[in-house]
Amino acid sequence: MIQFQNIYKSFGKLEVLKGVSAGVDGGGITAILGPNGSGKTTLIKMLLGMVYPDKGEIMFNGKPIKKEWQYKNDISYLPQIARFPENLTVTELINLIKDIRGGTPNEQRLIDLFDLDSHLGKKIKHLSGGTKQKVNIVLAMMYDNPVIVLDEPSTGLDPIALVRLKDLVLEERAKGKNILITTHIMSLVEDLSDEILFLLEGKVYFRGTIPELKDFAGEDNLEKSIAHLLEHKHAENIKV
Amino acid sequence: MLKILKYSFYDLLRSKWTLIYFLFFLLITQGLLYITGDEAKTIVGLLNVVVILCPLIATVFGTVNFYNSREFTELLLAQPLKRRDIFIGQYLGMTLSLSIGYFLGVLIPFVIHSITYTVDYSVLSILLFVGVFLTFIFSALSFLISLITDNKIKGFGLSILTWLLLALVYDGMQLFLLSMLDNYPLEKISLVMTFLNPIDLSRVMLMLKLDMSALLGYTGAVFNKFFGSSFGYAISLSALLIWTVIPVYFINRISMKKDF
Ligand SMILES: Nc1ncnc2c1ncn2[C@@H]1O[C@H](COP(=O)(O)OP(=O)(O)OP(=O)(O)O)[C@@H](O)[C@H]1O
Ligand SMILES: [Mg+2]
Repeated sequence: MIQFQNIYKSFGKLEVLKGVSAGVDGGGITAILGPNGSGKTTLIKMLLGMVYPDKGEIMFNGKPIKKEWQYKNDISYLPQIARFPENLTVTELINLIKDIRGGTPNEQRLIDLFDLDSHLGKKIKHLSGGTKQKVNIVLAMMYDNPVIVLDEPSTGLDPIALVRLKDLVLEERAKGKNILITTHIMSLVEDLSDEILFLLEGKVYFRGTIPELKDFAGEDNLEKSIAHLLEHKHAENIKV
Repeated sequence: MLKILKYSFYDLLRSKWTLIYFLFFLLITQGLLYITGDEAKTIVGLLNVVVILCPLIATVFGTVNFYNSREFTELLLAQPLKRRDIFIGQYLGMTLSLSIGYFLGVLIPFVIHSITYTVDYSVLSILLFVGVFLTFIFSALSFLISLITDNKIKGFGLSILTWLLLALVYDGMQLFLLSMLDNYPLEKISLVMTFLNPIDLSRVMLMLKLDMSALLGYTGAVFNKFFGSSFGYAISLSALLIWTVIPVYFINRISMKKDF
């Protein structure tokens, strides 16, 4: 469904991605992991056509996305940093997206799920950080799309909201969707991911399931395995 | 594109900027009509205000608005929309709402005036036209500058500098250059320089239409001599059109390549 083909990207002198290739297909949750600044958000924004690769190509449903925009109708995207027109109310914002995207979203289910009813009339700039993130989730998930991309979905959420988010994501997985998720919260990775894609120094440093990762690192817990990857990054051979 | 245009347009129409722009021109026009009691004099007086202030307000406003709607832009970029529609739509929404503020601000006092006096609408329409053109051109320039410059302060500074250069410094530079280059074909140089400045162009265009050779100034006189008044008029109009299209073309091009 999604193919990153040998992607390179630099910002000025900073080489962020140096030949990333990876494919996502057949449903399930892929966790994109890597240290801060490893290029996870950059890779995701490329899929959305917000950042352009210097080299390489991204394919969606077998077609290059370059200069295309219709394919985004099939993607639910949650940005890492929610940036909305601050003077709109939550309802106005939801209506704005509905007006632009058309179709038949189901926002009410999500509004109920995250108890947002009492916030609907408030302006975005008056919302707390976590509430804003909930709105961000509603906007991203209200459409029923085959691909879901979540960049740090847990930011600012309280434990209850986090549990609901997990359930929501698992529910979507059960429908056979392709889900990409980035996070630094290991419990979330353990609970959700079918597969891990570990970015390091501009490359895919590891790709596989959690048991495979533990095996690869020779550790029995995920957190330690990741730490192991980071510490031994120069010694190991790369498994993709 | 229309949806985005609509959102930007209404957003700005509701903001106080458009209203201020409208009221400002309403007062100036009404004031000049009242003081001079003469519509030709009012138009000449207005011209001097319009060629300086339409660019200034479009510049300030274009920049402020661009940076203020950055969130909106980012939200749109993730949606299934063409980039061109996002940027051109926002540009048109902004510039149209400003233009309407200006247009009505000038027109309404004249319409009221026309109840008791006769108004030459052909000259008035050129004045209206010129102001709208300048609004389109300078909001496009400032939009373009903001698009290239991620730093707000720098973008604002550059936009104001552009305005300062074209509105105020340019004439002085031109005079200086002409006085320096005694033996060169002065007329051609001044002609070229007029084409390179939309503000000069607008002034010349209206003066040609008003048939006020006394007010043409050196560049206007040269223009008149070279092209005659009706051809000169057509050619300055085309030049203004080009001045509008080029920055919009670059807005489109640069927005297509930019990372967000
Ligand atoms: N538009 C940009 N201009 C300049 N540098 C950028 C830009 N976008 C990203 N970068 C840089 O690219 C690098 C990768 O950023 P990115 O946001 O992709 O990291 P990340 O893996 O998502 O990190 P985090 O875990 O903190 O979210 C960072 O060093 C960042 O500063
Ligand atoms: Mg990130």
